[in-house]
Formats: sequence, C-alpha cells, structure tokens
Amino acid sequence: MSLNLWLIPVLPLVGAALNGLLGRHFSKRVVTAIALLFPGAALAWALLVVSRALGGGVTLPYTETHATWLGSGAFSVPYAFYLDQLSIVMMLVVTGVGFLIHIYSVGYMSHEGGYYRFFSYLNLFMFFMLTLVLSNNYLLMFVGWEGVGLASYLLIGFFFLRDSAASAGKKAFIVNRVGDFGFLIALFLMIKHFGSLNFDQVFAKVSTMPVEAAGMGLLTVIGILLMVGAAGKSAQIPLYVWLPDAMEGPTPVSALIHAATMVTAGVYMVARSNPIFFRSPTALIIIAIIGCLTAIFAATIGVVQTDIKRVLAYSTISQLGYMFLGCGVAAFSAGVFHLMTHAFFKALLFLSAGSVIHALGGEQDMRRMGGLRKHIPKTFWVMTIATFAIAGFPPLAGFFSKDEILWKAYSSPFGGSWIYWAIAVFTAFLTSFYMFRLWFMTFFGEFRGAEHEGAEHAGHGHAQHGAATHGHIHESPWIMIAPLVVLAVLSFVGGWIGIPHALGGHNQFDQFLSPVFHVSAEAMPAGEHPGARVHEAAAEHAETNTELLLTGVSVGSAILGLFLAWLLYYKRRDLPQKIADSLGMVYRFVLGKYYVDEFYQAAIVKPLLAGSSTVLWRGIDQGLIDGTINTSADATRDVSDGVRQMQSGNIRSYAAWVALGAACVIAFMIWMGVR
Amino acid sequence: MLHYILFFLFAALAVGGAVNLLAQRHPIASALSLIVVMGSLAGEYMLLGAEFVAAVQVIVYAGAIMVLFVFVIMLLNAGEEERSLKGSKVAIAIGVPAMLAGLIMAIWTLTRHNPANTPVGVGAMYGPAIAIADQLFRPFLLAFEITSVLILIAIMGAVVLARKEEQQ
Amino acid sequence: MIPLSFYLVLSAILFACGVAGFLIKRNIITIFMSIELMLNAVNLSFVAFAAHWQVLSGQVFVFFVMVVAAAEAAVGLAIIIAVFRTRETLNVDRVNLLKL
Repeated sequence: MSLNLWLIPVLPLVGAALNGLLGRHFSKRVVTAIALLFPGAALAWALLVVSRALGGGVTLPYTETHATWLGSGAFSVPYAFYLDQLSIVMMLVVTGVGFLIHIYSVGYMSHEGGYYRFFSYLNLFMFFMLTLVLSNNYLLMFVGWEGVGLASYLLIGFFFLRDSAASAGKKAFIVNRVGDFGFLIALFLMIKHFGSLNFDQVFAKVSTMPVEAAGMGLLTVIGILLMVGAAGKSAQIPLYVWLPDAMEGPTPVSALIHAATMVTAGVYMVARSNPIFFRSPTALIIIAIIGCLTAIFAATIGVVQTDIKRVLAYSTISQLGYMFLGCGVAAFSAGVFHLMTHAFFKALLFLSAGSVIHALGGEQDMRRMGGLRKHIPKTFWVMTIATFAIAGFPPLAGFFSKDEILWKAYSSPFGGSWIYWAIAVFTAFLTSFYMFRLWFMTFFGEFRGAEHEGAEHAGHGHAQHGAATHGHIHESPWIMIAPLVVLAVLSFVGGWIGIPHALGGHNQFDQFLSPVFHVSAEAMPAGEHPGARVHEAAAEHAETNTELLLTGVSVGSAILGLFLAWLLYYKRRDLPQKIADSLGMVYRFVLGKYYVDEFYQAAIVKPLLAGSSTVLWRGIDQGLIDGTINTSADATRDVSDGVRQMQSGNIRSYAAWVALGAACVIAFMIWMGVR
Repeated sequence: MLHYILFFLFAALAVGGAVNLLAQRHPIASALSLIVVMGSLAGEYMLLGAEFVAAVQVIVYAGAIMVLFVFVIMLLNAGEEERSLKGSKVAIAIGVPAMLAGLIMAIWTLTRHNPANTPVGVGAMYGPAIAIADQLFRPFLLAFEITSVLILIAIMGAVVLARKEEQQ
Repeated sequence: MIPLSFYLVLSAILFACGVAGFLIKRNIITIFMSIELMLNAVNLSFVAFAAHWQVLSGQVFVFFVMVVAAAEAAVGLAIIIAVFRTRETLNVDRVNLLKL
C-alpha cells in the first residue's frame, strides 16, 4: 500500500508556487488561505501516514521510489522517500510546529508589506525541510539542505531594504556554504568508496567495515566532514556566527527556521548517519567536544545580551550544542528527543518574544521592558511555561530531554565522561540563569520604556510598526495566542514520552527510535547498547542511584540559576551593574561576543576580499582575460590596418597584387609538377 | 631551316613590338606597335597551320579592334603621358618583380621538360575554314550561339555607356 | 621542326610584356592595350598546343577568345569614354575613388 509520501513535501511547494507567482494579484484572505491550506494538508497527511505506519499497515522502514534522478553507470540517485521512526519524528515536528507558526504569522505579519512573499518563502522552506527529512539518499537530502539555506537567506533578508538584514542573509548563506563544503567532500568520499548515496546501501556497506579505534580511517574522515556540514547548518563552533545576525528576520522566521527546524537539520543528519559514527570513535569525540564547547560558549554570551531575540539566539546555539553532545556520546535518541522538546519550547519562546515585541510596537531591548505581566498576561503565562521548560524544571519537557543527555554524557559507553557532564551541568545553570534573567527583566518590576516608544524604535524584524497604529501596550490577537497555547501544552507534556527508567517510566521515545539506532549498534564491541535494558539487576540498581543523584544535581543547578536571576534582577537591581563594573575587561570581552566576528573579519574576510580584488579581479580578470581579448582585438585591428593599405583605389597596385598572386600560383604548380 | 628563320623573324617582330609598346609615350604609338605584334602573331599562326585563325586575327583583331582603339585615342585626344614617378610605388615595387619571377619560372620549366621539347612541324595542325566551321557548328554550337548573344549585349552596353546624358 | 617550348616561351615573354605594361603605364588606354597583348599571347599558346596534340579545339577556342576580346574592348572603351567625360583625365592614378 502506497503511503504517497511525496505529497507531504509537495503540498507546501504548491502553496509556495501559487503564492509566489500569483500572490500579487490575490487578496490578503486568499493568500492566507493558500498559505495555511497547504501546510495544513501536509500535516494532515503526515498524521495519516503515521497512523497507518504505526497501525501496522506498513512495515518500517518504508521506501517509496518515484524516478531516477541521476544515473551514471553503476551509480544512480533516485527521487525516493524513506520513512522510518526517525523520519516520523522529524516529519511530525516540522509539519506540526511549522503549521502552528504559519498560523501565528498570519497575525504577526498582517501589517507588514510583502505578505504574500513571506508566506511563499515560508511554504518553500517547508518543502525543502520535508524533502530533507524524508529523502532516502544523501543527495536528495543535500537538495533539501541547500534549499533550506536558500529559504533562510530569503527570509532573513525579508526586509531587504535594510542593509543589516541583507547582510545578515548573506552572512548566513556564506557561512552555511563553508559547512556545505565539508558535507560535499563527505558525499564524494561516499560515492567513491561505497558507490552509492542511498542510506540503505551506504549503511549496509558501512556495517561490514570494522571499528576504527585507532584514529583516522575512511569512516572517521567522512564523519568529521559530515560534522563540518552539520556545524555550518546547526550553528556550532566555529560556524555559528550567522545565527545571532539572523535575528534580523521576522520573529516567526526565527522561531521556525532558527530554532525548531532548519538548525536541527544538522542533528538529524548526524543521527541518520549513526552507523558511520558508531564505527568511528574519533569522530564521536570531536562531535562531543564541539557540542560541549559550543553549549557553554554560547551560554556565557547569552548571559550579557540585552536584546531579547539575541538572548534566545545564543540560547538556541547552546541547546544545539547539547544535542550534538548527546550525539557525540552515541546517545542519538537522546539528542533527537532534545531536538523535539527544544522545538516546542524554543518556538514558543521566540513566538512569545514576538508577541512581546508586537505588544510594545517594536521594542526589543530588555532594558526598556519590565512589568509586562500585568499588561499581556496570556503571553506572560505561556512564556513562563517555556522558560521553566528550557531551564529544565520537572515535570516539563525540557527536564526529561536535557537530563537524558546529561546522564548519557556521563555514563555512555561510547566516550561518556564526567568532564562533559560537569561542563553541561554548569551550562544548564547558566541557561537557567539567563532565561530567568530574561523573564524577570521582561515581565517583572516597573515598565522602563516610554509609553509611545514604538514610533522611535522601529525594531528589528518589526519595521514600520509604530505607535501610529497601536498607542499602548496591548495583548496580541487570538490568532497569535492560540498557537502559543498549543506549544505551551506540548512543552508541558512533551517530555512524558521519554521518562527514564530511573524515574519509573519506560522511555517510550527511546524504545520507539531503537530500530534506527540499535541496528548498527549490534556490531559494536562496546559492552552496553545505549538505552538498552539488558544487564544485571544489581548493576542496574547502582546505576539508577547514580542517575538519580545526577538528576538531582541538574535540577539543583536549575533552581540555583532561578535564585541568582531573582536576586540580581528582581531583588537587588543594582547588583548587575556593580558586578559588570568590577569585572571590567572580562565583562566587555564577553559583551563583545569574544570578538569572534571581528576576528573572522580581520583574519578571513579582509584578506579574502583583498586577494580577490587585487589578484583575481585586477590581475586575472582585467589583466589576463580582458587583456587577452583586448590584445587579440587590437592585434586584429593592427593587422587589418596593415592589410587595408592594399585597398588604395589604385588600379595598378591591384594589378600588382594580382601579379604577385599569380606568380605564387605558378611557383606552386611548378613545385607540384616537379615533385 | 626556313622554318626556323621565319619563326625567329616573326618572334623578333612580336617581341620588338611589345617592348615598343612599353617604351612609347604617346598612346597612338603604342597602338601601332600593337598592330605590329598582331601581324607577326598572324604569321606565327600560319607557321603552325592555323590559316583561318591567322586570317581572323588580321581581320578582326588588327583590323577592327585596333582600329577602334585608334578611334578612341583620337576622340579623346589623349596627349603624351607624363613621365613622373608619382603614383603607385606598390605596382612597381611588387608587381614587376613578381612578373619577372613568374616569367623566369615559366621559361625555366618550359625548357627543362621533355614533352615541351617535342618538335612541332610546319603546318602541323592544318585548320582550314571548313574544319573550323565543322567544329563550331557541331560540338561548340552552344558556345557559338552564346557568343552571339554576348556580342549583342556588348553592343547595347557600349551604346548605353557612351551616350551623352540628357540635358534637362 | 620547332620545339613546342619555343612557342610557349615566346608566349610567356609576350604575356610578361603585357603585365609589365599594365603595371607601368599610366594612360588607361595603353593599359587596355596591354590587356589585348596578354590575350594575344594566350592565343598563341592555344594554337601551339593545338598543333602539338593534333586537336582542333585549340584553334576553335582562339576564335572564342577573340570574340570575347572584341566585346570587352568595345565595352571597356565605352567606359573609358564615360569616365573621361566626368574626370577629364586619362590618368589611371586619378581615378581612385574606391579607396578605403
């Protein structure tokens, strides 16, 4: 029975095409209808597919091949879609959260220009993202990969008349490209050594290869290169610099693309490639280190940011670091679990931040907010739920997923160590601290901004929305609040499918994903399988105690963060400034984001531009290529200038040339005859 | 023996006339030299047995075409040529050496190769009028008719070109 | 019995004289006469070869050459007259309007 998987990506594509090509002529209602209908239909079909798959009508993994895209000798790439448990999770996250954000955007973008263009791009993004998660081979996935990069560029630079937005879009695309370079080399290596890019064929070949415990080998190289690609797309060190700038785009874009879906493509790709990583401990270590460092690095920057969206951006980078840390200790299902819960509460955080910004008529600086919980109570409540979720308070979603990663970072047989755990717990503390700092600064205390602030500060992502239309702080319309409520419910209960055994649950999420991640683990010589339950009762008991202890520590760190934030931003408001002054240079260094952007600018961008303009442009393009063409043209002209002398108009000289020619012909004929 | 004498006599006359054509300054003198050339060539034709061609050479070439030339020279009252070296240096610089080179190459080839040295007897190809006519009206009939059309066109062309323009 | 080459060399010499006349002379009518000289030289070649190979078509061809030469002379002289009317000169170097 065919599931017609192709409908799921193609429906948003149709919506994108309709709105993109004809949207100019449609009324706003028609544009809205198209924009919501097609992603909604995709979501409905996805749910139908899932119910059929889980109901036993279809055996997973399920492949649906349509046509051959490339065929070259033995190597061929089909247009084919692949459904297994991992892609079910991703597909539901993308269509579900995506649809909610579409609904939200109807309200948020209703006053902005380019309404139809926005939804066309958003639907286009859905198409590419779904292609990415549903494809059955690396090349089609790469198409989706690049496509979401394109959609991201288009949407970040949505307000393209602003220089900063256009530059941010470019920056995102270019930095992504650097990562894609690594990805492509990995694909080339796969083609060369495995002869195919289909998941099942590649992984079948990989499973016959031994574990590369001694460092560098083919699989390690491929794994590292894949991680380079993931680092670009998912904003890890050193390619994270585009994500904070991407906040120039409208807030729904930040929610959908830079929190819930596109940036998680890297995590998905690493999880999908788990057979390769299982056989390459070196690559796993590198992933774990990158994830861990990124998590704490971004968290420290987030602590001092004053723009509400920037705080959330650095928080996203940090949480992605957690996901990669999870994958780096081969706890792939933990990473994907956190991906899912993070999608819920981070999207909720961004959308409610958008609601706050909308309420204030464009203000994004937290120093000018305060005391908003009286004015916008609904937004306050959903944002509260999201903040507690991200900080990792039980029983909300973030607690279970983050805790599983922390536990695996400590205990995983594939490289888990207490160092990772310690850094990750400290990062959890910082996360809690800066999220509650945001919470307190925004919603508590007195309002620090002017009443009609909006007209002066047309903030990022909210151009031309000033006090002229809304004179006072007001709650957002129901169309924006409803998706927030849904996401809040999901943030609350979304973790309950992954309750670990230590706390009495059955971790259904891990069980659900086990076919994807355990098939390859069987070949592993490591003693335990991640998340498996087959060992001695006694050892299990001791392990459970350790897990409970560590869980307690992480909850304690979350509470500590809340307390510190309460102290500094509610009780003693003067303290932060004093601390900042006493830290002086250190504070400024962190405030300047460790000057990474400036370093890149000086070390990479400037030399590149200088090299391009002097060597490539002036030297080669103007000098060599233009020079060659101009020289040949000049030479032609000079030759013809010389030959032109023959046309003197003088009959006798014509005759002379004819005589010369005749003499040559005679000579030639004599020579032919003599030979 | 007589054959040789006659040949060289006529050859000398022809070459002498040709050189004189180059040397003379007044066109009328050149025209008269050319008539001498044509006459001597008619003699050569007779030596080769082409009596009809020789007769036509004298009647048509020397008798009609050259007379036409003389008429035009007198009509236009062309004077002596200026002797100046202005004008086409290219012609002298390139053309004359080319011509000399071609001449020398031709002579060298012709005197070397055996087939060219086969002797041709007096009256070797006897071409009376009847033989010529037979060729003209059977194998070469088409060409013959076309040349008659050609002459007609030439007449019309000459008349049109030389006509005085209408004075309005 | 005269070798064929004698006739051909004579023809070549006359032809060369015709070319030289074309190149050296400045009066256009004289140039025309050089052309006639060239044609005559060629006629001699034709007849000589006709005698050599015992084929009559050589002489027939001379007939045609003469016809064409006559037509050409007629038309050419008419052109010269027309040019003389406008340009008042028979100097070929002065009729150089077709230069670049």
